[in-house]
Amino acid sequence: MAIGPELPGADLAELIERGADAVVAVEDERLRHFDLERYAACLGRLIRQRRPEIVIAAATTTGRTLMPYVAVTVDAGLTADCTVLDIDAETGRLLQTRPAIGGHILATIATPTHRPQMATVRPHSTPPAARDAARRGEIERLAADDLPESRVRRVDFLPDDEEGGIQDAERVVAVGRGIKRADNIAIVRDLADALGAALGATREVVDRGWLSYPHQIGLSGKTITPKLYVGVGVSGSIQHLAGMQTAETIVAINSDPDAQLFRVADLGIVGDLFEVVPKLTERVRLGVEIA
Amino acid sequence: MRIIVPIKQVPETSSVRMDEQTGTMVRDGVEAIVNPLDLYAIETALRLRDARGGRVTCLSMGPPAAERALREALSMGCDDAALLSDSAFAGSDTWATSYALAAAVRKLGACDLILCGERATDGDTGQVGPGIAAWLNLPVVTYVGRVERVGEGRIRVRRLVEAGCEILDAALPCVLTVVKAIAAPRLPTLRGKQRARTADVPRWGPGDPDVDADKLGLSGSPTRVVNIFRPTVARQCELLPAGDAPGVEAAAERFAAFLREKELL
Ligand SMILES: Cc1cc2nc3c(=O)[nH]c(=O)nc-3n(C[C@H](O)[C@H](O)[C@H](O)COP(=O)(O)OP(=O)(O)OC[C@H]3O[C@@H](n4cnc5c(N)ncnc54)[C@H](O)[C@@H]3O)c2cc1C
Ligand SMILES: Nc1ncnc2c1ncn2[C@@H]1O[C@H](COP(=O)(O)O)[C@@H](O)[C@H]1O
Repeated sequence: MAIGPELPGADLAELIERGADAVVAVEDERLRHFDLERYAACLGRLIRQRRPEIVIAAATTTGRTLMPYVAVTVDAGLTADCTVLDIDAETGRLLQTRPAIGGHILATIATPTHRPQMATVRPHSTPPAARDAARRGEIERLAADDLPESRVRRVDFLPDDEEGGIQDAERVVAVGRGIKRADNIAIVRDLADALGAALGATREVVDRGWLSYPHQIGLSGKTITPKLYVGVGVSGSIQHLAGMQTAETIVAINSDPDAQLFRVADLGIVGDLFEVVPKLTERVRLGVEIA
Repeated sequence: MRIIVPIKQVPETSSVRMDEQTGTMVRDGVEAIVNPLDLYAIETALRLRDARGGRVTCLSMGPPAAERALREALSMGCDDAALLSDSAFAGSDTWATSYALAAAVRKLGACDLILCGERATDGDTGQVGPGIAAWLNLPVVTYVGRVERVGEGRIRVRRLVEAGCEILDAALPCVLTVVKAIAAPRLPTLRGKQRARTADVPRWGPGDPDVDADKLGLSGSPTRVVNIFRPTVARQCELLPAGDAPGVEAAAERFAAFLREKELL
């Protein structure tokens, strides 16, 4: 289901190419921006009419607002922020797995009797399904005629003028408290630049105000699934791992050979980051020049 | 303004240790605290009241011991508190929790604002705030990072989203869930602590706010936890010692070669 103003056909077709059998687009100019009461009316109506077994949305600020509201209005069970979804072979139930208690445990949750079974899923917790141009499916466009009056009015939008986001980056270099001072981050930024990577951070770094919240990776920050993650002076706490351990390749640089991050890494460099990182940057720059 | 702040008592998770054998949480010595993210909701409520007059009521659902969390909120300056506590509520998921809290809000009478934390640090769901709004058919704005102004039955807020922030104008009464950026929580005062010690904190059971028993507790909750396990991590790490200058040199060399193998360079 897609909600919005007139939605581009190519976007709807992409949903089919990525695995959808049918797409329902609910379109109205008043749905251009996320408006909880109107979006909830659209989703609620579709659920009542089509009686799906399962409803899944991304655990974005939109999904995490819309889904709990709608779950109440349609009497459904909802599990937040899942990282793994599965179907129980015996019962056919949706098994929803999510981190809990600060990432110390994983809990699997089911919804035995209420339908639909609703879940929000952490963005990037799995790679997107590949496109297959040969796939065929039905696209249905519906007008949203009787939208409710909304009691929340959008007055303005102020975009962040932040540097490149970590969420969609193919490569991320993350900096941890090992960097010791905000000024020192420059050496990590150099490495990120040389690699063409975005700059991420642990909560320790963000809490100290050395980098802003959009850089935070982990349970209470962003979940990323880049091709390459490099952690510099990052201990690898369970909460940080929750946001990056699905990266394809992981490199850790830490002076402590017992640092947790080494346990999930493919390559580990045990040494002082202030010695190691400038050398890595130099080497990468050289490599890029030769190539 | 009449403001209600639902707060949750949670274990202090940053000091949580896990029993490696059983995979369960070691509860001994783990302190119960006010959900740290609810302190921001309390602070926001107190500032609005201090500026505009009114009353701030804290509300919690939990075991009898959660009364301590409410007394802490009182010691920060909240005016009164109520605790929903009964075995009938035990085991509620976010759907049932928001149902019971919404009923308690109704019992408290007309209010202008319900201020929730972004999420509770134990369950970490952030679903209860929007859930309360849905039960009460109130508008809700989540991830509020600033209150711009209040007036004429409306409140203007900043909502922090992925690519920036929305400026939204919501009709009162409404539900807001607030994020850390909104304000630094104050500490309890000595006078507040004294008042909190003796304040009356009524304890409500399922008969007090009018509720449908079928919607409460574990049996009233749509979701069930069916399994709990420890996250496992397993990769083969190639460790390079880089304790001295030659080591650093060799590690840098290997790093570049590794990236080339992975077609990243
Ligand atoms: C509910 C909850 C949610 C949380 N959410 C998140 C989250 O989303 N993201 C997150 O990151 N954290 C989160 N945390 C915090 C988390 O528990 C850790 O405190 C944090 O990840 C640690 O950050 P760090 O690795 O930068 O710091 P530290 O753990 O202090 O590690 C610093 C590392 O730097 C190394 N180091 C020091 N000096 C050098 C040097 N000269 N050269 C090389 N290495 C050096 C040290 O050996 C150490 O391993 C959360 C915690 C809780 C309770
Ligand atoms: N048991 C509870 N009692 C009072 N308030 C709660 C309770 N559970 C959740 N809340 C409120 O809802 C917010 C979100 O909690 P959660 O959805 O559990 O992450 C919290 O920050 C509180 O404001």
